[in-house]
Amino acid sequence: MKLEVDRVSKRFNGDAGGGTEALRDVSLSITEGEFVCLLGPSGCGKTTLLRIIAGLESPTEGEVRVDGVPVDGPTPRLGMIFQDYSLYPWRRVIDNIAFGLELAGVQKAERLARAGEYLDLVGLEGFANSFPYELSGGMRQRVAVARALATNPAVVLMDEPFGALDAQTRNAMQLELLEIWTKTKKTVLFVTHSVDEAVFLADRIMVLSPRPGRVREIIEVTEPRPRDRTCEGCAAIRRHVLGLINE
Amino acid sequence: MPETAQTHPKPGIGRSLRWAVLPVLFIVAWEVAAVLIDNPFILPTIESVVAVLASPLTSILGTGSLVENAAVSLARVLIGFAVGAALAIPLGIAMGRWPLVDELVDPIVQIFRPVPPLAWVPLALAWFRIGLTSMVFIIALGAFFPVLLNTLDGVRSVKRTWIEAAMTLGASERQLLTRVILPGALPTIWTGMRVGFGIAWMCVVAAEMMPGTNSGLGYLIFYSYNFSQVQVIVAGMIVIGLIGLGIDLALRQVEIRYFRWRELER
Repeated sequence: MKLEVDRVSKRFNGDAGGGTEALRDVSLSITEGEFVCLLGPSGCGKTTLLRIIAGLESPTEGEVRVDGVPVDGPTPRLGMIFQDYSLYPWRRVIDNIAFGLELAGVQKAERLARAGEYLDLVGLEGFANSFPYELSGGMRQRVAVARALATNPAVVLMDEPFGALDAQTRNAMQLELLEIWTKTKKTVLFVTHSVDEAVFLADRIMVLSPRPGRVREIIEVTEPRPRDRTCEGCAAIRRHVLGLINE
Repeated sequence: MPETAQTHPKPGIGRSLRWAVLPVLFIVAWEVAAVLIDNPFILPTIESVVAVLASPLTSILGTGSLVENAAVSLARVLIGFAVGAALAIPLGIAMGRWPLVDELVDPIVQIFRPVPPLAWVPLALAWFRIGLTSMVFIIALGAFFPVLLNTLDGVRSVKRTWIEAAMTLGASERQLLTRVILPGALPTIWTGMRVGFGIAWMCVVAAEMMPGTNSGLGYLIFYSYNFSQVQVIVAGMIVIGLIGLGIDLALRQVEIRYFRWRELER
């Protein structure tokens, strides 16, 4: 599996004809099993880039390819996790997780069995029949992770998934995500504006410049996992990235 | 609630009976007024009304019993309401989902919406003659607009990320409509159905007063007027009110049971 972002630019047309340039000439190549963080100040177009990769928006120029095939719309090959969880409140947890399988026409018994496996994977055994509003924010996001993984996508796209959580839950969720990532060996593209988060999670960090978003630098993080958030190597990368952002 | 506990040393009894205070006062005032006026053609006594209500299976003035007429009215309102809702819900979903449909249909809706359903009576009679079709037309019109507007509102309130999440999970347009947009909009649509049914029920009673009708609760109370049977008029009104209330309560129960997520979702 290979995900390629090839010279993608995006322009939003304004009413006055001027328009806003959100992204300029962004290229990125991700290989199977990589964990890449997309980092940048708010308004730099990182979410737009993720939405273009997911097929939810089309680029003005350039294209996105999965295994050489251009993305021309949303596809179950590219799973997406939203900041607001986006669970269906009228569905029980298990039916939320099974939703993608249901759409694909998988028989009920089989999809519930498979959804059950992902429920266990995210550590929510016993909550199958709960409704989303009965769960905390962190638990809801775990359901969203399970839902995105249940259809077995090639790439998981995450749009500031832990942005709405408190700091403690956030740290716990980062650890759990790494655990799930290790188990499933998924390719992950993770949008965040938190430098700490990116340094803790990523194999590579792509830093975008303020609008219009361009690739500022792609930084490899070679610190072995599990990472100590306070270790010297991490601190050096953090200092470097912060320097890039504040320039 | 400490405040209530202070004002009522025994809140259990005080509170459970509080709702009954005004109805009891109302009934007492009615009976006193009826006795003082002493004219059954203006205000019948409670006993005479209760006597009518107590024999719901007895034919009244040769027009059939209370129960028979209520059943006729209910059948009419159900048909008319079903027709109105069956047209309004798909149209509302289409308008909410596709801006082009909204642009095309909205002006017509805005023009016709303020016209009361009863203003259509003469035209309904001209088009469909006296009979069930005319009534169904009027009732369906009454139910149509509240259901349409609430459906539209409900579809527009469906979160964008609900739709986008489904798209990334592989949903087709048809699946989006049936598995995300419809269930997401259903609580609001249901509210529209409650309002629409209330209006439909008013319409059926009024439609049954159209010339040439010979059954239904609306007909019964209008016909009784010709014979100055005021106690039958009042009894009929009570039945109309109770049926409307009962149906609204039933619809509200469904709302509480199945659409609780709308309030709990933050």
